[in-house]
Amino acid sequence: MAIASADSAIKTSKVARTFIYLVLLLFALFYLLPFGIMLVNSLKPLEEITGGNMIALPQQWTIEPWLSAWSTAQIGVEPTGLRPYFINSIAMAVPAVAISTIAGALNGYVLTKWHFRGATWIFGLLLFSCFIPFQIVLIPMARILGILNISGTTYGLILVHVVYGIGFSTLYFRNYYAAFPTELVRAAQIDGAGFFQIFWRIMLPSSGPIIAVCCIWQFTNIWNDFLFGASFASGGAAPMTVALNNLVNSSTGVREYNVHFAGAIMAAAPTLLVYIVAGRYFVRGLMAGSVKG
Amino acid sequence: MAATDPMLGGADFRTRLQNWLPKIVLAPSFAVMVIFVYGFIAFTVYLSFTGSRMLPSFDLVGFQNYERLFRIREWDTAVTNLAIFASLYIIICTIIGLMLAILLDQKIRGEGLLRPIFLYPMALSFIVTGTAWKWFLDPAIGIENTMHLWGWASFEFNWIKDREMAIYTIVIAAVWQSSGFVMAMFLAGLRGIDNEILKAAQMDGASTFQMYRRIILPQLRPAFLSAFVILSHLAIKSYDLVIALTGGGPGNATALPATFMYSYTFTRNQMGIGASSAVIMLMTIAAIMVPYLYAELREKK
Repeated sequence: MAIASADSAIKTSKVARTFIYLVLLLFALFYLLPFGIMLVNSLKPLEEITGGNMIALPQQWTIEPWLSAWSTAQIGVEPTGLRPYFINSIAMAVPAVAISTIAGALNGYVLTKWHFRGATWIFGLLLFSCFIPFQIVLIPMARILGILNISGTTYGLILVHVVYGIGFSTLYFRNYYAAFPTELVRAAQIDGAGFFQIFWRIMLPSSGPIIAVCCIWQFTNIWNDFLFGASFASGGAAPMTVALNNLVNSSTGVREYNVHFAGAIMAAAPTLLVYIVAGRYFVRGLMAGSVKG
Repeated sequence: MAATDPMLGGADFRTRLQNWLPKIVLAPSFAVMVIFVYGFIAFTVYLSFTGSRMLPSFDLVGFQNYERLFRIREWDTAVTNLAIFASLYIIICTIIGLMLAILLDQKIRGEGLLRPIFLYPMALSFIVTGTAWKWFLDPAIGIENTMHLWGWASFEFNWIKDREMAIYTIVIAAVWQSSGFVMAMFLAGLRGIDNEILKAAQMDGASTFQMYRRIILPQLRPAFLSAFVILSHLAIKSYDLVIALTGGGPGNATALPATFMYSYTFTRNQMGIGASSAVIMLMTIAAIMVPYLYAELREKK
């Protein structure tokens, strides 16, 4: 994003500026409060939440809810805590992100530098596939996973996320490589470089930014997915989002709000971390997701 | 083009292989797409014309499922809810996003701090967002209770328990999640506007308000369009947020087509009807996406 040039044409008065800052700060509060309240309440004993004020700081700080959410809370029928599901999500997201990114890079390279008849059609079909409501594929997908004997497993979820991630990863690399000088590819070709040599030696070394964008986007989507996780991997192979929902919605007896809050933050932590570390790329990735070249 | 470059002609095996390589590399993705996207769509469309219940069956029953679908009260609720949710979600997100972008564009000190604060909810899953808002909206421990403890005894905010109002709580949480992202899109659009035009207008005596109305907003048309397309697409697909926030309740007061499809297909054993509801969802999204993608692709040529 460009920085506003020093002499902008828009001028604002002092009163107006005070008002602007006030509105912006109010909205900052609106966005921050929910997460702040979650954090504060995850560090309180339960009695302080049920009997007290949600916004107040803990009178007695405790990390007990965090320990409980991580390793002893009841998820469904087992008192395992969220830990195994957190591991499931990592085991699902890492390979799925890697495979879909590699496929996207190769597809983008072919679609832009080795143009052939029908390539635009293929790209159009891939593009549309990014935007289908996944409800339309749930039933046949469940059948196929059953036939392949990987329903209810992490492998099944990896397959699902790779399949429906390729559209977006191809979109990113296609748009990025479209701006890459084709003359360089041609020159290398005349020098006798082959298809993969050009990819390794010329395309990949300059693909750092788009690889980052693609990985962030795919990781966020895959980590945050709930529909596929709930449909195809409930039980022991469930991802973090499904486990969190089970923790919060199917717990019987006393509602342990503080444990729920701690669990929610755990489920949010990886994508938040990625966002904090690479937020700039994240925004750029989201913008590219809006089908802008 | 390059693949059939005459300079590289020659019929030896290596060259021919090189010519075929790009297509071979693309082939697995193409096959996956044809089967898992378009093949699956065809399968679901076919199922929507069959009498499938718990398991898929292949006996065609014509438009029966669609006729029954539109007679089901819950589907009616789901469609009405989607209309309410989608229109409010799109309108409010656009207004807040545009307003924040315009305000942030006034050379604000601390923009680098504010922007990520507005945006971070986008990194959270709808399950986390729904889980968090479920508590704030819960009268027993949330905002209502807090106000009572602060001495405002008559304060009432129990929408989430109210059949009539529950759908609006979904809008609140969804707006919290997505409005920052819309802000980012508008901000990028604003930063792309040529300052020289604005200066010229200013010299002609245009006020700030006039400049926004006559010059800046019209130039933001692509950003408006992208925001609309993305938000409507998100709204139609909404599933996680409802599940985490209200579970579709109270009763089925917050059911959406996405939750309807899931429950009819997988818990009520009415797969034919579930499939037909999925087809309707697909057609709704296609009506928005196809013209948009067509225009985008043609522009790029």
